[in-house]
Amino acid sequence: MMVGLTRPTSGTALIEGRDVTKEPVEVKRIIGLVPETSNLYGELTALENLLYQGELFGIPRRERRIRSLQLLEEFGLKEHQEKPFQALSRGLKRRLTIAAALIHRPKILFLDEPTTGLDVMSARGLRKLILDSKKKGLTIFLTTHYIPEAESLCDRVAIIVHGKIRITDTPENIKSQAKEIEILEIELEQISENFKNNLLSFDGIDKVLMDENHVHFHTKNLGQVISPIMKFIQEHDAKIRSIKTLAPSLEDAFVRLTGLDSELMKIDKPLKTGRE
Amino acid sequence: MDEITKAYFIARKDMRAYYLKPPLVSWGLILPIVFVLAFYLRNPMGIKEIVPGLIGMTLLFSSTSMAAIVIAFEKRIGALERLLLAPLNITTILLGKTLGSAVFGLIITFLITIFLILIIDIPVQHFFSFVFIIVLSGLAFSLLGIFVSVGVKEVFEAMTLSNFFRFPMIFLCGVFFPISSMPFPLPILSYLLPLTYTVDGLRQCLPGHNGAIPLWVNLLILIAFVILIYFLSHSVFKERIRQEF
Repeated sequence: MMVGLTRPTSGTALIEGRDVTKEPVEVKRIIGLVPETSNLYGELTALENLLYQGELFGIPRRERRIRSLQLLEEFGLKEHQEKPFQALSRGLKRRLTIAAALIHRPKILFLDEPTTGLDVMSARGLRKLILDSKKKGLTIFLTTHYIPEAESLCDRVAIIVHGKIRITDTPENIKSQAKEIEILEIELEQISENFKNNLLSFDGIDKVLMDENHVHFHTKNLGQVISPIMKFIQEHDAKIRSIKTLAPSLEDAFVRLTGLDSELMKIDKPLKTGRE
Repeated sequence: MDEITKAYFIARKDMRAYYLKPPLVSWGLILPIVFVLAFYLRNPMGIKEIVPGLIGMTLLFSSTSMAAIVIAFEKRIGALERLLLAPLNITTILLGKTLGSAVFGLIITFLITIFLILIIDIPVQHFFSFVFIIVLSGLAFSLLGIFVSVGVKEVFEAMTLSNFFRFPMIFLCGVFFPISSMPFPLPILSYLLPLTYTVDGLRQCLPGHNGAIPLWVNLLILIAFVILIYFLSHSVFKERIRQEF
């Protein structure tokens, strides 16, 4: 809606004072969008894709070549400039898609799920590029379901649940709203089904989050619950690898403020099909 | 002017990116060539009679194939969204897509025409009308391909849908049989299709052939077809974008 692809059913959205529905072409000149799927042209090389993007934005010939080469350098794609887009790895495709969105030096960049589907190193590299662009003064509007990413990259965060903004603030302020929560993280060798089922009925615990080997107990009074938790673990013959207390993260604050599990957020947005 | 330049960039990119796509090679390139060769090998002298029809058919298949691919394929991979995010209006996008398809069709038709005219030794007697008919028909057929493909999601659907009107047009528009020899009411249908005017016009540009309609009328009707199909395609394209994005 903000980038002019969908018409709003009501209300207005202004970007740099321009109405996105009334002046869509002007708005497109000042924004860049990186969609969830990397949708450049597979048959064109990395350089040709950037040059073409520059042509569509009306950048003069000499300037678009200089700008394209500069972006390829900045995004670590120089050695891949003559490769067709379809021959690049997923991480490189993502980088090139972001570079293409920056060809016309937009003031605002919309990034939709930038690291989805990337391996750890590609995702880390991409986050660094995003932070570098931010430092250069680019305003980035990032959409993500991966809350730790929002916490590490964003100055302000808006949490949307079922299409409505629940909270908008800095990550620090949002986290401070959950600071009365104490979190005990216990790493176990294995978590059995029986353990999982009985854990849900545990008294004195506000929330329990689990992944493969870790259990996070969210509580307002750690001193009171730690001994029953240990007893519970002993009763279930679970072997402890490590125990530590954690400060609430943005994800913890999200869970506390919305009453939702962050995993649940993933159902809010259907996956698109298309080229990765 | 700026918008025309951008339309040219879109057309150039489409030519560069898609001219080797399998559906385009099979339907837009090989099929017309095979038809021409089949008729030539069967009866080298008799082919003179159907040269205008073969040129028109080549133009129809090559222009519509390219148009059908560019829209349907880009919709599927999400690349059409990229065009919609650039500061371009729908007219520019449509013009760019039409130009790319028409130019591809014209190149293929030019090659086939050169083969037919030089090898079979048929001179063109109204050169400018001949070129004008081919250019107008190329635009009309490209727009027709775009009109068909905007409503579908997959390339094969676009090709299948295109064939629903392409094959009947071959038999109804005087490519192989004169419209005057068709039983009623088929001629009525023939005169509703643009290929009829392409073939009739081209026939009058070659010596020894008479057309059913005056040459200038064919030209005017082809211009009217270009305008009509352009507005239809524009309106359907706009509506599909509104629905799909």
